[in-house]
Amino acid sequence: MSVASIGKYEFEPLDKVENFHGNQLTYLNWEQHLLFCAPVCLPLPPEMPFGAFMKEVLPGVYSKHPDFKEINWDEVTWTLDGDDFTPNMAASLADNGFGHKSLLRFWTPGLDGIEGSHS
Amino acid sequence: MAEKRKKKLGIKQRYSMLTRGLGWDTTYQDMDKVFPYDNYEGIIIHDWEGWEDPFRLTMDAYWKFQSEKEKKLYAVIDSFAQNNGHLGITDARYVNALKLFLTGVSPLEYQAARGFTHVGRHFRGVGPRVACQMQAIDELRHVQTQIHSMSHYNKYFDGLHSAPHMHDRVWYLSVPKSFFDDARTAGPFEFLTSISFAFEYVLTNLLFVPFMSGAAFNGDMATVTFGFSAQSDEARHMTLGLEVIKFMLEQDERNIPIVQRWMDKWFWRGTRMLALVAMMMDYMLPKRVMSWREAWDIYFTEAGGALFADLARYGIKPPKYADIATKEAEHISHQAWHIFYNYTHAAAFHTWVPEKDELDWLSEKYPNTFDKYYRPRLEYLDKEEKAGRRFYNDTLPMLCQVCQIPMGFTDMDDPTTISFEVSEYKDDKYHTCSLGCKDIFDYEPAKYVQAWLPVHQIYQGNCGGAEIPDVLKWYNFNLGADNMEYNGSPDQKLWDEWQAHRKKA
Repeated sequence: MSVASIGKYEFEPLDKVENFHGNQLTYLNWEQHLLFCAPVCLPLPPEMPFGAFMKEVLPGVYSKHPDFKEINWDEVTWTLDGDDFTPNMAASLADNGFGHKSLLRFWTPGLDGIEGSHS
Repeated sequence: MAEKRKKKLGIKQRYSMLTRGLGWDTTYQDMDKVFPYDNYEGIIIHDWEGWEDPFRLTMDAYWKFQSEKEKKLYAVIDSFAQNNGHLGITDARYVNALKLFLTGVSPLEYQAARGFTHVGRHFRGVGPRVACQMQAIDELRHVQTQIHSMSHYNKYFDGLHSAPHMHDRVWYLSVPKSFFDDARTAGPFEFLTSISFAFEYVLTNLLFVPFMSGAAFNGDMATVTFGFSAQSDEARHMTLGLEVIKFMLEQDERNIPIVQRWMDKWFWRGTRMLALVAMMMDYMLPKRVMSWREAWDIYFTEAGGALFADLARYGIKPPKYADIATKEAEHISHQAWHIFYNYTHAAAFHTWVPEKDELDWLSEKYPNTFDKYYRPRLEYLDKEEKAGRRFYNDTLPMLCQVCQIPMGFTDMDDPTTISFEVSEYKDDKYHTCSLGCKDIFDYEPAKYVQAWLPVHQIYQGNCGGAEIPDVLKWYNFNLGADNMEYNGSPDQKLWDEWQAHRKKA
């Protein structure tokens, strides 16, 4: 529905990709590990290779968790914007299908958080 | 010849002269031009005189009554300050509830004053106009008296020094701020449905009662007295809330679906904001009043149930997603507190892990969920903190586009999995935390694409700088005092010194 208004109602979205200085926003969530209370939001260059994201970005977000060093990355399953996803390490985020405000979720089988509480 | 003296006016006549009698229909200008806002929302009013004024309050009586009340309030505030009332509270942790109230709720009173001033100008009916004008003055009084009641604490405790500045900038305060911005930028009838009905009528008992009884239980007489002083105003506000709903529903049946949609929207937005109150009740009060679950059952399930049973004769149904909100009552306080625990380094109040007896209380109040999902996590966090490794989340969170709360709420049927919703609008994605927030976005996407989401604003470079300390300075935080863990904070040190002196004496 359009907004009921007294005149023309058209305004710029505040979070257009142009506003992020060459980055786009990526949301990331480690499933069943709610020690981290919510998914995180990261401004990343779309040309960043997925491999670099794995090596340089992801550990900075999650390595505090005692399960982190136990992750077997070969068994990890991913979804990107709700669809099953197999990352190509050498390709860029953009070529892996990441758009502005894409949501990447990953599951680490066998690891169920602090005392099995999914935290 | 003796002049015939006029008789004094009766109450009813006097009321009529001092309210309805002050209005007139314009003739030089079309009424639609003078009151351009009261019909564009689609609400059809046939007879503005159909508005009932249950309180029959006139302005002269209003001043007299309020000034009496405030004389009493300020006498208590003075004596609280002179007698060092802050020493009588249960524990310094309690003051963090006041910090949340002063930065999160008191500025809303001011926003309400602005909103009611605006709609008090824009209804062509005199009855609602007078009621809104009085409420505008109430709200202005409330923000002032709240600041005065709490200012004593600002002499001793951190985080209370810049409430209005923080309200406009700090990430979690964008939750209440955006709630009111949304209401104030709607038309006058939606504003009254949101603030007077959903907020003041349906949900106020869940906001006001917990804070005020929390104050009473924890020895904070200044805040309790404010609560008593505001009570008669709140009763009037609630009545206005119900009156506006009945007025709209009785005027034309085409109003029913519009009113229903507003109720659904504002009920949901209200419950989201109440997550802050939920965590206050379950975690921040050293002496607890009741659990959030219990408060929800009494004030929403029972009282709200009776209200919606009453409204059923107009064709109004209970708010959509009320069932989900009721399931949330089991989880929301724990999830909200965990969000603040994660990000206390960026908050103007302290968080902590509850002490053992407090954890036991939570286990008892939430027998089906607390031990399973939340206690192991809190005990782990406690262990880490005691080992000198206090856990903080170092990455900024993803926020909901509508309620603006970090996406920390789970699917209520699966409390280990975050709830995600997404909408597409003009080639961009918009993420929301729940079906309730998604519905709100999808109905008016052009409104919510303008949301000032704090995390995105930080990344755009609009919040003082690229590094977190720059952002916190832009928030006006005293770093290391206002923020961080309670254990080891200056608040705690000062409190412990006072207690030690007391023992010596």
